Amino acid sequence: MKLIETPIDPEEIEKLEVGDAFYITGTIFTARDAAHEKLLEIDDDEVPIDPSKYAMFHCGPAITKEEGEWKVVSAGPTTSIRMEIFEDDFIERFGTKIIIGKGGMAERTLKALGENGAVYCQYTGGAGALMANAIKEVEDVHFLEELGVPEAIWMFRVEEAGPFLVTMDSHGNSIHDDVDQEVSKNLEKVKADL
Amino acid sequence: MNQDELEDALVEAIQKAVTSVTDETEDALKSAKNTEKDEGPKVQLDAILENIEVGKNEKRPICQDTGTQTFFIQVGEDFPSIGQLKEAVTDAVKEATASVPLRPNAIDPISDVNSDDNTGRFIPALHWEVVEGDEALIHVIPKGGGSENMSELVMMTPGKGLKGVKEIVLDRIAEMAGKPCPPTVVGVGIGGGADLAMELAKKALLRPVGEKHPEERVAELERELEEKANELGVGPMGVGGKTTVLDVKIEYAHRHPASFPVAVLPQCWANRQAKVKIDSDGKVEVI
Repeated sequence: MKLIETPIDPEEIEKLEVGDAFYITGTIFTARDAAHEKLLEIDDDEVPIDPSKYAMFHCGPAITKEEGEWKVVSAGPTTSIRMEIFEDDFIERFGTKIIIGKGGMAERTLKALGENGAVYCQYTGGAGALMANAIKEVEDVHFLEELGVPEAIWMFRVEEAGPFLVTMDSHGNSIHDDVDQEVSKNLEKVKADL
Repeated sequence: MNQDELEDALVEAIQKAVTSVTDETEDALKSAKNTEKDEGPKVQLDAILENIEVGKNEKRPICQDTGTQTFFIQVGEDFPSIGQLKEAVTDAVKEATASVPLRPNAIDPISDVNSDDNTGRFIPALHWEVVEGDEALIHVIPKGGGSENMSELVMMTPGKGLKGVKEIVLDRIAEMAGKPCPPTVVGVGIGGGADLAMELAKKALLRPVGEKHPEERVAELERELEEKANELGVGPMGVGGKTTVLDVKIEYAHRHPASFPVAVLPQCWANRQAKVKIDSDGKVEVI
């Protein structure tokens, strides 16, 4: 399967289409609600990372500290739709190209993906052990004291993390929208047969 | 009964429940993979199956949400050590939180403070049932927040009958789509009152995947709902596909003439659970 390395090559991401799946080797950073809010409210010179270079992961990991070293226990995706209220501004300002989460996002994010050549990918919900296994090192953590463990921005060095399934691409396609419509149609059919 | 031995067995059962899936669940996920044709659902099921292997081999929680620690305790009327069970379960939850480890998932709703050890007021959640015999059986069922949030109770107009029940269940499965981490096991509680319907829906999840209700008329309803749910096209993790549910489980109670409660309570694909059996001599076994 396709392997994408970071720092991200924007041209490679723009070509991706819904239904494509890939793995990542390089750096990914976590960001949930609080991290989005934090990065959007501070000035550019205070932003500690370059969110355009690395994949962003909607995740609040389970992490322990053993002999002074961070150890990731399990790191599956959290529900992405909670970040819908921030994501278009975030993509716009920071040029994020790969967003990974679960459950999909909505119209505002889809529009921003299109304008910025970015993709949203679904990582399998609950597959936290698999991801933790692909995380080789905790490179850094930002805003830990202020935001706490699940909400902090964790920088993970990963090897062949994934698979990530592109479910929203930069060409206006969303598997989530397609499935919603399909399910509504099927539901009417199934109920008519009861 | 040796209290330490019981606590150790309960810690082992909690660890087993959060780091592995039951054989029946794994078989159902594997057969789901063979059913799917498209790349999207296949990718999700591959990741799920690979994740199960990693959890098992490395004793790592398969999901970072290790759930609310929930126990269904069936205790025989002649079981001699009933007084020791609650303390053993609570202590085992604290111990497992540190040793497995589990994510601290118990928050005081008034102060918003996390107890950090997965215990608190009425938590771990204990459901007691007195049965015949002299043994005790403790079902461990850690329940994740994502799937629990999709639960629904409808106080249905009784005149709608069983057709109404089917509509409620299928509407719910369609509406919750990918959110409870499908393919799910869907617990359905019918009848009783509002509280009993919900409890029965959760209790229904204890029956192994693939094992139908012992009453044929209920089993038939389960089969019909399973088949129809899988025609909806939600698919693994909501990306579309043929496997939306691994199973539908129904439990029922007699109802009040004016009420027809229908509870729908989904469980994520991991369907985490384990059991501890204690016989009357105090012999403890993790199943």
